[in-house]
Amino acid sequence: MPDAQSKSQAENSQIPSRDLFDVVVIGAGVVGCAIARRFTLEGAKVAVVEKATDILDGASKANSAILHTGFDAPKGSLELECIRAGFHEYQEIRGELGLAQEKNGAFVVAWSPEEMGKLDGIVAQAHENGVEDVHLVDAKTLQSAEPNLSTQALGAVRVPQESIIDPWSSPYVYLRQALDNGAKVYLSCAVTRGEFDGESWRLETSRGDLRARTVVNCAGLYGDTVDSEVLGDAQFAIAPRKGQFVVFDKAAHDLVKSVILPVPTEVTKGVVVFRTVFGNLAVGPTAEEQDSRTDTSTDQDTLKALIAEGIAKVPALAGMPVTATYAGLRPATDRKEYRIFPNLEKNWITVGGIRSTGLSASLGIARHVYRLYEGFGRRHDALEAPEVPKAAALAHLLPRDWMSAGHGEIVCHCELVTRREIERALSGPLAARSMGGLKRQTRATMGRCQGFYCSARLAELTAEKFEQPVSEGIGHD
Amino acid sequence: MIDRALDSPLPIDVAIIGGGPAGLAAAVELKSRGVKRVLVLEREEQAGGIPRHCNHPPFGMREFRRVLTGPKYAARLVARAQKAGVEIQTLTTVTDVYPGGELAVASPAGTHLISARRVIYATGVREAPRSARLISGARVQGVVNTGALQSMVYLKGRRPFSRPVIVGSELVAFSALMTCRHAGIRPVAMIEAGPSATARWPSSLLPRLRQVQLHTATRLVAIKGARSVEAAVVSGPDGQEREIACDGVILTGEFTPEAALARCGHLDVDPATCGPVVDQWGRCSDPVYFATGNLLRPVETAGRSWAEGRKTGEWVARDLADGLPQPAGSLRITTRDPLLKYAMPQRICKSQPAGGMGEIQMRVTARVSGNLVARSENATVWRQALNSRPERRIEVAIADIVSRVSEGTVEFSIEEAAT
Repeated sequence: MPDAQSKSQAENSQIPSRDLFDVVVIGAGVVGCAIARRFTLEGAKVAVVEKATDILDGASKANSAILHTGFDAPKGSLELECIRAGFHEYQEIRGELGLAQEKNGAFVVAWSPEEMGKLDGIVAQAHENGVEDVHLVDAKTLQSAEPNLSTQALGAVRVPQESIIDPWSSPYVYLRQALDNGAKVYLSCAVTRGEFDGESWRLETSRGDLRARTVVNCAGLYGDTVDSEVLGDAQFAIAPRKGQFVVFDKAAHDLVKSVILPVPTEVTKGVVVFRTVFGNLAVGPTAEEQDSRTDTSTDQDTLKALIAEGIAKVPALAGMPVTATYAGLRPATDRKEYRIFPNLEKNWITVGGIRSTGLSASLGIARHVYRLYEGFGRRHDALEAPEVPKAAALAHLLPRDWMSAGHGEIVCHCELVTRREIERALSGPLAARSMGGLKRQTRATMGRCQGFYCSARLAELTAEKFEQPVSEGIGHD
Repeated sequence: MIDRALDSPLPIDVAIIGGGPAGLAAAVELKSRGVKRVLVLEREEQAGGIPRHCNHPPFGMREFRRVLTGPKYAARLVARAQKAGVEIQTLTTVTDVYPGGELAVASPAGTHLISARRVIYATGVREAPRSARLISGARVQGVVNTGALQSMVYLKGRRPFSRPVIVGSELVAFSALMTCRHAGIRPVAMIEAGPSATARWPSSLLPRLRQVQLHTATRLVAIKGARSVEAAVVSGPDGQEREIACDGVILTGEFTPEAALARCGHLDVDPATCGPVVDQWGRCSDPVYFATGNLLRPVETAGRSWAEGRKTGEWVARDLADGLPQPAGSLRITTRDPLLKYAMPQRICKSQPAGGMGEIQMRVTARVSGNLVARSENATVWRQALNSRPERRIEVAIADIVSRVSEGTVEFSIEEAAT
């Protein structure tokens, strides 16, 4: 594919800028995107480097898309503080950025007398965590709120504000806002080494050198390797934890309204039944320790067990078609808490071990990291009237593109993705350069047929656009 | 002329969702019976359905008395419908169906609400994707269904890989093989979980099949690869797992009706066929809606879907003119036997049992011999020796059943089954 190659080479050209950035953020996962936005809004000159072709390609590509209130976060923890601040800021900005949020609440459901015994403690902790509207409900109240839930449920804790959000459009628009206000992003750009001269960093990357006064390491699943290879010292080791999910057909969406959480054990938060903002119902995740930082394979027996667990909790899921299966990797460490360390001598902030609450906490983490940065003595003038982009409206309750004239055609029939949306996602500084990136930006092929109907049209529309093409022209070998 | 039809103030007599062989045949039949306004809503750029991208014979024997390739056949179906005065509205998606024949429709010009006196639902079938099959392994690029492969090759002149493994041996797997050959794709193996090939392959094609090794009693265990497919892990008759190096996987067959509008809307869906519940006229649980073609059940040929569509057109015309018998008090037809995949229609309107389909269609899930038995109220009401295979259609005359049962449920099962 000579055409595609020259295209990607152009985009992978050397970093042109000899500029000195105030901050280089390594890693464009949800945390990196939120940090880039915060620093840019505060007035810093920011560059984001991401080794993948598209953003959100590591831990952030797969999660349960829940915006947590922090009701069950460890008491007094930084995690709790960041989740609370993140939840709060999300409410503030969701209107102007056009972010999806369905605030249908959650039930932490007890399925055994032993679990019933833990509910009071969960309520007490929630209140201590500042989430004061959390309360106990009996089995009858639970049944009337969630009539499709198995009658085996004995009681529950109600968490009214737990929400579901779009796990990709939100971080995309965080980074978009940074870029619209002057930040730079370098994709397919892996940081290999670095030198600190006492004033600033010279980062060696696969696309050339980059200079920054301060570096924020948000490398997620590679947070420890970036610390050890670039900073020269890592205080933690990433132990990837895989979570598999099953997404049911949209016909299942109405079976459950709230997020159905289990009573957590010491080991895991357990398997959740939840709606997605795209109109599906999903079950997951598992929690499986593994060495690989890339292996997101699924496993038939595990998926069957997840389906069985879903049916046990929501019997009407029996026989419901499966739309999708996926797995994500959490960047866990040997400890539960976030591993956020400022290194004052080296102008370096490590933001690591954001194992499972990154989506909820990212905006709060960004504020916390900015305060650490101010602790280095850095000051900027916050932007007075920043540009405010709009997030892609992919959630089913938002006004979707297919509803308005001029979209060209509906390309992906299952998710009602238009040609205009695809063309938009294939242009601009965050243009999709892989099928994964295009899926996250548009949802194309993520519906029930998984590309049976639209793969060919997509292959045509994306020809010469992707680093790894989905097809090649016949007779061009 | 994209939205002229949708904006027209003339009442729509029949709206047909899906412009494949069944939908177009129904449309032509309706026009030939004097139904005034028949509107086919087709979400693709061209009507014609799946045959548009099956660029090989044999299509059209039943309909045009000659052997055609899929695309030529599809073009003829469309031309015939247009000549008959059917309005075909392409790039038009029905996004919701409502009781009484109201449809929410999206087109490049925006959204519309249209209303029809009757609606025929003819959205066909598709193959089960990787996710629904719960296949283990890496979720990487290069895993496609036959339908996607064929549209890529025949409609867009592109190919997704060059050395795939073909999974399955239904007739469609053959179609996949032919498509590969056309595109210069060289399949490295064809695997079939059953003891022998599911489809009986046309003998003229066997020499071509010989160039690809068929591994029977072999199932796909997992897919391996970092960014795209690198190997298929299979388990053979000896139970040993081994890897077949390849750069793609074609998942063929395992058809399922594309019944999303019914499932997410107000129509009853049969968990066995995965299509809407219908009576012998193809009438759905909302009697304004009819279903036809492969949406009724997986899966028959384009020719058979066309013939069913034509019948449906006839019945809907009759319903509009004189009214079909009321559906109240129907017999229910079911099966819970795992050896029987489905029984369709699921309801039989007794007041006129001779009308409509004439037969109950069934399929077995595995090669089986025994007795096909109909029971009602714990009594056997009908029985017949059965020796069948999954690819064969079983037909039981509705009249035979209705003459023996007056009400309630008739359940089919296979007794003395030997598989």
